[in-house]
Amino acid sequence: MAKTLKKIILSSTDNLLEVREFVSAAARDFGFSEEETSKIALAVDEACTNIIKHSYKNQPDKTIQVVILRQPNKFEISIVDEGRKFDPEAIKPLNLKEHLSHYRRGGLGVYLMRTLMDKVEYHTISGKKNEVRLTKFLQPVRSSARR
Amino acid sequence: MSEFKVHHRDGDGFSVIELKGYLDAHTAPDLETTFQELLGDRKFNIVVNCRDLTYISSAGLGVFMAYIEDVRKNKGDIKLTNMSPKVYNVFDLLGFPILYEIYKDEQEAVNKFKQSKKV
Repeated sequence: MAKTLKKIILSSTDNLLEVREFVSAAARDFGFSEEETSKIALAVDEACTNIIKHSYKNQPDKTIQVVILRQPNKFEISIVDEGRKFDPEAIKPLNLKEHLSHYRRGGLGVYLMRTLMDKVEYHTISGKKNEVRLTKFLQPVRSSARR
Repeated sequence: MSEFKVHHRDGDGFSVIELKGYLDAHTAPDLETTFQELLGDRKFNIVVNCRDLTYISSAGLGVFMAYIEDVRKNKGDIKLTNMSPKVYNVFDLLGFPILYEIYKDEQEAVNKFKQSKKV
């Protein structure tokens, strides 16, 4: 079984469905439940949407590289773009209650990614590429027969 | 391939938006257009029937956030109904049940609007 899967898409929201389907198929194949698969696909959607809107400022002809790295019990998705330099330090932890009380619509994607995944990391590659790396661990299934 | 459709119909003192398919950053503008039309027509009692909504991301949720303040300022509301557990989970993760009334079916939401009209 190949351990790495790769997809390159253009930075248009038109391609979000394709990315979700790509990631969902790999997550299911890896052994995640439908519920966990949905969470992973949503987190990847949020990451790609942020890149399209903020890193590429809605320019539809740029590229986003999505690489899935599969290790035993560890499912990682690396999403790389070459848009505006991203400063993860600028992201403040979201106070959801306070945020909602002001009817703010932005910033929810990052909160969702952090809630849905086990780990969310940001890196700069060669000083010019942005990488967001999403990790989900596959929990061993517990036998219901054990007492 | 799944697609997104938004359709609206008017009842007696309320409007119903029906959503079908996936609501993400690509399809959210279609829902925005529908809200803009309803608000432009001064229709502020809005039920959103999510029975056939299969997916929602924060871009879709953001549309509800964008209009709720205006709607409530005009003594209306956006009430959500018929959500699948998968869609409800996303609303729940973002704390939306605090902000929005969510009902099991459309009739319950409609009854709420009718009751508030009588008061």
